[in-house]
Amino acid sequence: MKSGITILSVVVFASVPLWLRDPYLMNALITTGIFVIGAMSLNLLLGFTGQLSLGHIAFFGIGAYVSALTSLGFDVGLPFGLRIVHTPWPPIAGFVLAIAIAGLCGYLVGLLSFRVRGAYFVIVTISFAEVVRLVALNWVELTQGPLALTNIPSMTIGLPGLGELTLRTKLQNYYLVLSVALVTYLLISRLVHSHFGRAMRGLMENETLAVSVGIDVTKTLTLAAVISAGIAGAAGSLYAHYIRIIDPEVFAFINTVTMVIMVITGGKGSLAGPVVGGMIFGLLPVFLRPIMAPEAQWIAYGGVLIVILFVLPRGIVPSLAQRFAKRPGRAEKAAPVAFSERGVKEHA
Amino acid sequence: MTPSATALKVEKVAVHFGGLVALSDMNFTVGEGEIVSLIGPNGAGKTTAFNVVTGFLNPTRGAVSYRGTALNGLKPHQIADLGLARTFQRTSVFPNDTVYDNLLIGLHRQGRVNLLEAILGLPRARSSERRLRERASELVEWVGLERRAHDLAGSLSYGEQRLVGVALALAAEPSMLLLDEPVSGMNASETHAFVQLVRSIRDRGVTILLVEHDMPMVMSVSDRIVVLNYGRIIAEGPPDVIRNDPAVIEAYLGQGASRA
Repeated sequence: MKSGITILSVVVFASVPLWLRDPYLMNALITTGIFVIGAMSLNLLLGFTGQLSLGHIAFFGIGAYVSALTSLGFDVGLPFGLRIVHTPWPPIAGFVLAIAIAGLCGYLVGLLSFRVRGAYFVIVTISFAEVVRLVALNWVELTQGPLALTNIPSMTIGLPGLGELTLRTKLQNYYLVLSVALVTYLLISRLVHSHFGRAMRGLMENETLAVSVGIDVTKTLTLAAVISAGIAGAAGSLYAHYIRIIDPEVFAFINTVTMVIMVITGGKGSLAGPVVGGMIFGLLPVFLRPIMAPEAQWIAYGGVLIVILFVLPRGIVPSLAQRFAKRPGRAEKAAPVAFSERGVKEHA
Repeated sequence: MTPSATALKVEKVAVHFGGLVALSDMNFTVGEGEIVSLIGPNGAGKTTAFNVVTGFLNPTRGAVSYRGTALNGLKPHQIADLGLARTFQRTSVFPNDTVYDNLLIGLHRQGRVNLLEAILGLPRARSSERRLRERASELVEWVGLERRAHDLAGSLSYGEQRLVGVALALAAEPSMLLLDEPVSGMNASETHAFVQLVRSIRDRGVTILLVEHDMPMVMSVSDRIVVLNYGRIIAEGPPDVIRNDPAVIEAYLGQGASRA
């Protein structure tokens, strides 16, 4: 049933452009999709290792800046009379570099903070995001500071036999974001169901025991941070090439908070959670805009968040899954044969 | 039973917590294939000794070695790689996973395929996964928890959780198993079944070191017993000798008892 819902969702999302012509709503869906990818990456850390990254937007922003600068080119002076001149590369190279460099940053942050973990990881990630924001704001020669990087080229993808395709329209960008989101979903799904995912779960549930069965804490958590940061970087790159202008405001703390809210309401530790939470909090502003001032909207989000967590304390997806699974769950308990059957099938 | 070779060697180990001497000058060995128990009254230093042997605590002085490799300074997961596995007094399961999934987590060391292979679902990763599932079923059967395999481990009774803990330790295919008060909280029949399990584990060639309160259980299962009191060893020998040792009787029952 679960994979049925997944396939159905993909079909529905893929068919959206067929019946939705409103460019404003398409735009909202694309940016929401980008944030959903970010939320999925945050969920990998928060939901599956229990580590809260409150600077997650840093990886997103780094991805955006790396991708933008790779495709725009730059010419910066360094100390000791060195200069780095970079001629523009195609945006797809920026996309790959964004993943790599954001992943590298995830590695460094993880290495620094996973020796202590918990609250320290939260603090290190907040500080990291703030430092990166200050760099983006003040290294004007590289980033244009508050003047923003403008005219970022649209994403181009090389198709074998068809030549280069530049994704200018909303329709094309919609399918790009949808594809990346789908790949991310599958990647995370495979990851958490692999032995690596079990190691993460073990660490979250009972670290002492996990260590004693031979799970390497630092390695597992750092790897999770690298993958999470890399995905956030990919989302940042999509953002840069779609919006085509980025300024240091992208690193704002409120953006991280938005992602955290998406994950928590949707249900941390569930694969679909960030997608559901992301769709709600990504599209809520669209529907509230005609009836509320932006300031009042933030209050409304707060209200929605409280109501959801009050009614479904573990988040939407896990709470609903539990509610629906109750009846079949009881049947399973009454028939322990199910297990041996499974064993036999796998022996054969 | 005379052991053929020494598996675990504890030499002149001392542990101080600030001014408190938890262990002083402890020496003992465990032979391959032996069942040795570490007993003593509350606060005698049993759990401290246990934590030193498993690498969760570094001794202030002295050395612990397993099959000739010094354990000092190794990380717990490196010690697990040497073939030493342990169970815990309290936290013995992953509570939010089923018993079966607990064992899949416990089989971590066996399932090391390349992460990329696992993500892409390549044949090698799939066959490794299949092997792990088979092995998990075997382990569940071994400790007799087939009927509970798909229940959350956190919902099991204490006794059953202990069994999960043992199965988790066995998942690492250890050559030596260290059990920390495994039967506390078990009733008589569960304890009896557990003694059988410990024997069956030893019969498969696993050396066992047991830390336990329950005297009848220790007496019935051990080849040799080491008695600790106030951080030092006061007696060592087979159960029959320990039962009649005046120092042991005094430690457990007080001075009056030994005079009487």
